[in-house]
Amino acid sequence: MQNLLEVRNLKKYFATQKAVDDVSFSIGKGSIFGLLGPNGAGKTTLLRMITGIFYPDQGEIYLNGKPFNPVNDIGDIGYMPEERGLYKKMKIGEQAIYLAQLKGLSRQEAREKIKEWFVKFEMQSWWDKKVEDLSKGMSQKLQFVTTVLHAPDLIILDEPFSGLDPVNANLIKDEIFRMSRLGHTIIFSTHRMEQVEEICDHIVLVNKGKKILDGSVKQVKNDFKEDLFRIEFEDQILPEHTAIHLFNVVSKNDRELVIKKNEDFSTNDILQFFINKGLHIHSFNEILPSLNDIFIRLVEATPKARQFENITA
Amino acid sequence: MNKIGLIIQREYLTRVKNKTFILSTFLLPVVMILFIVGSTFFAIKSREKRKVAVVNDPGFFSSNMKSDSSSVIFDFNAAVDSNNYEAKGYDGILYLPPEGSRQYELRSKKQFGLDSKGYIERQLNKAIESNLLQQRGIEKATLDSISKASDKAVDLNNIVKEQDGKSRQANAGLAYGVGFGSGILIYITMFIFGAMVMRGVAEEKMNRIAEVIVSSCKPFELMMGKIIGIAGVGLTQFLLWIILIFALISSMQFFLPAETIQQMQDAQQTQQNMSGGANNSMALKIMDAKTTLMEGVNWGLIIFCFLFYFLGGYLFYAALFAAIGSVINEDPQEAQSLMLPITMPIIFGFIILTSSLQNPNSPVAVWASLIPFTSSIVMMGRIPFGVPQTVPYWQLGLSMVMLIGGFLVTTWFAGKVYRTGILMYGKKASWKEMAKWAFRK
Repeated sequence: MQNLLEVRNLKKYFATQKAVDDVSFSIGKGSIFGLLGPNGAGKTTLLRMITGIFYPDQGEIYLNGKPFNPVNDIGDIGYMPEERGLYKKMKIGEQAIYLAQLKGLSRQEAREKIKEWFVKFEMQSWWDKKVEDLSKGMSQKLQFVTTVLHAPDLIILDEPFSGLDPVNANLIKDEIFRMSRLGHTIIFSTHRMEQVEEICDHIVLVNKGKKILDGSVKQVKNDFKEDLFRIEFEDQILPEHTAIHLFNVVSKNDRELVIKKNEDFSTNDILQFFINKGLHIHSFNEILPSLNDIFIRLVEATPKARQFENITA
Repeated sequence: MNKIGLIIQREYLTRVKNKTFILSTFLLPVVMILFIVGSTFFAIKSREKRKVAVVNDPGFFSSNMKSDSSSVIFDFNAAVDSNNYEAKGYDGILYLPPEGSRQYELRSKKQFGLDSKGYIERQLNKAIESNLLQQRGIEKATLDSISKASDKAVDLNNIVKEQDGKSRQANAGLAYGVGFGSGILIYITMFIFGAMVMRGVAEEKMNRIAEVIVSSCKPFELMMGKIIGIAGVGLTQFLLWIILIFALISSMQFFLPAETIQQMQDAQQTQQNMSGGANNSMALKIMDAKTTLMEGVNWGLIIFCFLFYFLGGYLFYAALFAAIGSVINEDPQEAQSLMLPITMPIIFGFIILTSSLQNPNSPVAVWASLIPFTSSIVMMGRIPFGVPQTVPYWQLGLSMVMLIGGFLVTTWFAGKVYRTGILMYGKKASWKEMAKWAFRK
């Protein structure tokens, strides 16, 4: 898979913080990429460098294999910042056209595309309204439309679902999947791990300006698995069934066991053991850690709030 | 269309289409004209008319004191005393002393205004003067003819020699009016449109749209687009104001009865006489300017310079106002303390303007018209006094070059501050911090 975006040794130091400290990663074309991290980890700074708002102190950004040029390549990026913003007094249709024109679309082109999107999102009646008339969720939808309107190669969404009801969240989620299938690459930044698990192919976790995790969702979960298994039985579990060195019992129910496998043995050994005991197994599943658990485990090792420091770079 | 063009277009159109803009553009000239007409009108109406009975006239006062039907009427033949003058319809009673005494006494229930009192004093002095002259053997007829001939005998013309040898009549009053008018206009618009830039920037920051926009264009483009767009709004408003004011003044002459206009001119005349012409109202100057419009003034140059200094001064300060707008947060109070270093030189410029109108070649006036912080206001006060007689070409040129240079410097500085400030939330920055941002790479 060809890389759409490649970030190499990116650094950005502010007066009191190493906001981004030597971060590298690459994003495949058409993938949905999760950029994760606790508050103040440097995600927004990273995104601002990728969108050309900040210049990196050091490091390179490559877009489509070429060095990123903030002036010319800006039209290939759509950025929805975490802090939403629209002109409150401007009519919605005019505003969408204006934002699209800034991204390089002609007025006519912009108008047609906006009409299309407004039909799709059932926003036709909004055209002559002002943004101040919209609810938070409604303006969120509008913001999403203005971000993806010019069909950029790279779409960056910072917490795109905050403030949306489940129906509208699904609407946008479906659009994200659709655009990914069409070959658009999506960077998705959030704290909501269940959304990441559901949507993203690949994740990077940053903390205190440094990358601490990088990989596909599946691979990351495998890397952090703890050999935990859940076994459900047809029969009652008796004390003799668990007195064995193959595993340790984590929790026990009437007909359900959660065990931690001993490293020296395989899952087959365990199954064999229960079969020999004459127990009927209803199901046998590995419990993979949720991204939430992994996130907490990795981040908890460091102080919760980021401290200020003096940087002499 | 390129991005900065789009931004200028948006900034311009959203403001020009705004109801407040339309309202203020059309109402201000109307309000201004109404104010001028109204204040003159009320000045006429509210002038006190006093009827004064004069008693103990030794003889010569009655022939030498003139009544003025619009202020004080003297009656020398009234049979009144201090008890019944009011009942007989007089506002006051004036006792003339016997010869040799200076005890002139005016009794009244209500205090007389300064104008009326001054008028009575002048008439008394004139009567005494005439009487003394007559006692020295000057005929009454001769005296009358002298006073008639000497009344307004002089109309002082200051002839200024131009370099090409031609003489030109200098019109100090007109120069004063034009200088003051254009100076104050630039002064006010700097504040109005500067504040508009600041509010616009702060609004974009608080709406959080700034980040969306700067992911589509350079922060500098956004800032300059706003500044230029608002400059366009200002020019549009000026143009409309000038057209409207001239249209209203011209149409006023049709709609107002000729009598009222005559009264207004009379009022100005008497006012001028009373105060010796030193205390002319703006309205009067505008009227004056209109009548002597084409005499001795290079209007092309003045209009060009006005536009240049309006734009230059605006651009010089607008960038700084934009910088402030980019560093403040929700609290509008924050802007106050940051604005002080910007508003001080503007106000200072205005103070220098008033003094340089009296003396356009004083060292303070010359320096202030060169330094870009004050030049746009002060230079406009000097130019109407004549280029190159009062303002040599080198001064005008240097002032313009320095204003352009100053604009480039403030814009460069503001651009740097703006880049950082627009995306910084939380604490507002001080000027010191802003300077740090500017000199960072």
